[in-house]
Amino acid sequence: MFSTSTLLKRCAMAAIVVASTAFAASGDASGPAPAFTLTNLSGQPSGLSAYKGQVVMVNFWATWCGPCQQEMPLLDQMYKKYKPAGFTLIGVNVDKEAPAVKELLTRKPVSFPVLLDPANQVSKAYHVDEMPSSVIIDRKGQIRYIHRGYKPGDENDYQDRIRQLIRE
Amino acid sequence: MRRRPILLIATLSGALLLCSACSIQPWVKPYERDRLADPIMAWDRDAISNAYMDHIRESREGSRGATGGAGGGCGCN
Amino acid sequence: MAHRHILARAAVIAALLLIRSTIADVLPDNRADVFYSKYSGGGMDITGYSATARAKITENFAVEANYFIDKVSGASVDVLSQASVIKDERRQKSGTLEYLHDKTTYTASYMSSVERDYISETASFSLSQSMFGDLTTVTLGFARTGNTVGENNGTANKPDVAWLGHALTRAYSGGVSQIITKNFIAGVNLQVITDAGYLANPYREIRYLDTTKTIGYTLASQVYPDTHTSTAVQVQAKYYLPYRAAVTGLYRYYTDTWGVVGNTYELDYTHPIRNQWIFEGRVRYYKQSAATFYSDLFPFAFSQNFTARDQNLAALDNTTIGAKVTYAFLPDGWKVFKRGTVTADVSRIRFNYRDFRDIKDFGVAQGFTPGTEPLYQFDATVYQLYLSMYF
Repeated sequence: MFSTSTLLKRCAMAAIVVASTAFAASGDASGPAPAFTLTNLSGQPSGLSAYKGQVVMVNFWATWCGPCQQEMPLLDQMYKKYKPAGFTLIGVNVDKEAPAVKELLTRKPVSFPVLLDPANQVSKAYHVDEMPSSVIIDRKGQIRYIHRGYKPGDENDYQDRIRQLIRE
Repeated sequence: MRRRPILLIATLSGALLLCSACSIQPWVKPYERDRLADPIMAWDRDAISNAYMDHIRESREGSRGATGGAGGGCGCN
Repeated sequence: MAHRHILARAAVIAALLLIRSTIADVLPDNRADVFYSKYSGGGMDITGYSATARAKITENFAVEANYFIDKVSGASVDVLSQASVIKDERRQKSGTLEYLHDKTTYTASYMSSVERDYISETASFSLSQSMFGDLTTVTLGFARTGNTVGENNGTANKPDVAWLGHALTRAYSGGVSQIITKNFIAGVNLQVITDAGYLANPYREIRYLDTTKTIGYTLASQVYPDTHTSTAVQVQAKYYLPYRAAVTGLYRYYTDTWGVVGNTYELDYTHPIRNQWIFEGRVRYYKQSAATFYSDLFPFAFSQNFTARDQNLAALDNTTIGAKVTYAFLPDGWKVFKRGTVTADVSRIRFNYRDFRDIKDFGVAQGFTPGTEPLYQFDATVYQLYLSMYF
């Protein structure tokens, strides 16, 4: 019979193989982007329809999510860079309460629109299964790419996709 | 007596890990993890202090092992 | 003379605790801690100082290093011969590497603990896997420790160490942590530890009835088995209370081949105030049965194959009440620091022995025949103070 340590090592190896294949990676997606209307921090409503004809990236984030905070400044830079070419970034915040969001954005402001989704309706509609998630939508309102999670370097990925869609 | 618990850990982990390939939809969505991401919900908010208390206890008690915790948090990646 | 090995042995065991603070999705923040601790009780004072730092080298790779010094002074109740005040020092260093790939965190660490009469080294490896939409985390771990045990027959200032033997310990652990609702997380850990070699504490001795002696008994060396295997299972749960607080409960069952059965129950309550204060209170109760070869007083010499009178193997229970306060003096960071906190933690532990008697302070001279001395009990206080900087 196997020694206990061999058995454990084999189980551990099986674990790595199986579990790494079960991870949902970022990738191409399709289908129309669900419409939504949410309010911003000032209470004014806004939604996807306000940006018809533009390439839109909807970024789902939260104040309690570390990687979300990490990518915010990079998203801001990207927004400023590509806005003149017909690109918009909408930050959809999923926090249950607004005060924390207001406090964070006062300390670390961003120039792209931030809308609040405390009831998580939009997150559900977009099947958000990872935090943060970025959904890139083309000029015709079709979802083209979903990026799950954030690791430094991912912003290059975003920029490639955005440039591609701007050119269409 | 020694083999049984080890085989139990191995089998249980093996079963769980194989099952991860099955698509079980998470019932707590990533955007619902605000409370779990709160530092007060961490198993080891101060790991050094917890390790030190375990050290104190194990130097005075006959028990050892199985302390600590993993997982939880924001589930971000 | 008796307490030196306590520190080392406990530290070794602490190094085997593999299931500790892994969150298998993103490596924890960079952090540096400076830590001071004091244990005072049972005639002993142990002061500890440590410095720890952890940093991410890349997003997927982190290292952690720790240096810890323990200084003991005092004489405990089981110093049976010369009750001289002892002083000793233990130095411990450890290093850990963590690697995150997708949903798996791999951790490897090494620890070395050195004191004049005890040297210990531990190498450990663990793997933590996040699955089912990050609701479940499975951890597996293995650690191997080699100890060299000696006895100092000299004094603190003029040591004379005789090396008595080696011991090898292997620990296997597994754990599952499961998010049950958005307010509730639970987990179960299992750890099997097996040691072989020289397992006794050379400073502790047994006593057996001896009517030829004035005090009524004679001291003799302990004789321990050269193998020991233990199994511990712990179940724990944490619940988020709606007004923002957390309550944690845990239960651990321990059993080993030496006949010790231990039950641990603990309840914690954590209460934060906005972003600046966290208050925590804890209550813990522990009860264990004695090892089969333990006795406070043996009937005669060589009455059993294995004999022990080590307090740790006695039938005992202890109750702990603790409180901890964390204050964030830099709640939102400053320059390169994301956050800075200072924490004070005090625990008070009452130890009660059901079959270990205080023979240091009580004996024939005070009117107690062997075996009728009062059962030992004492209180200990543990203080911890630490500064944590997150960056």
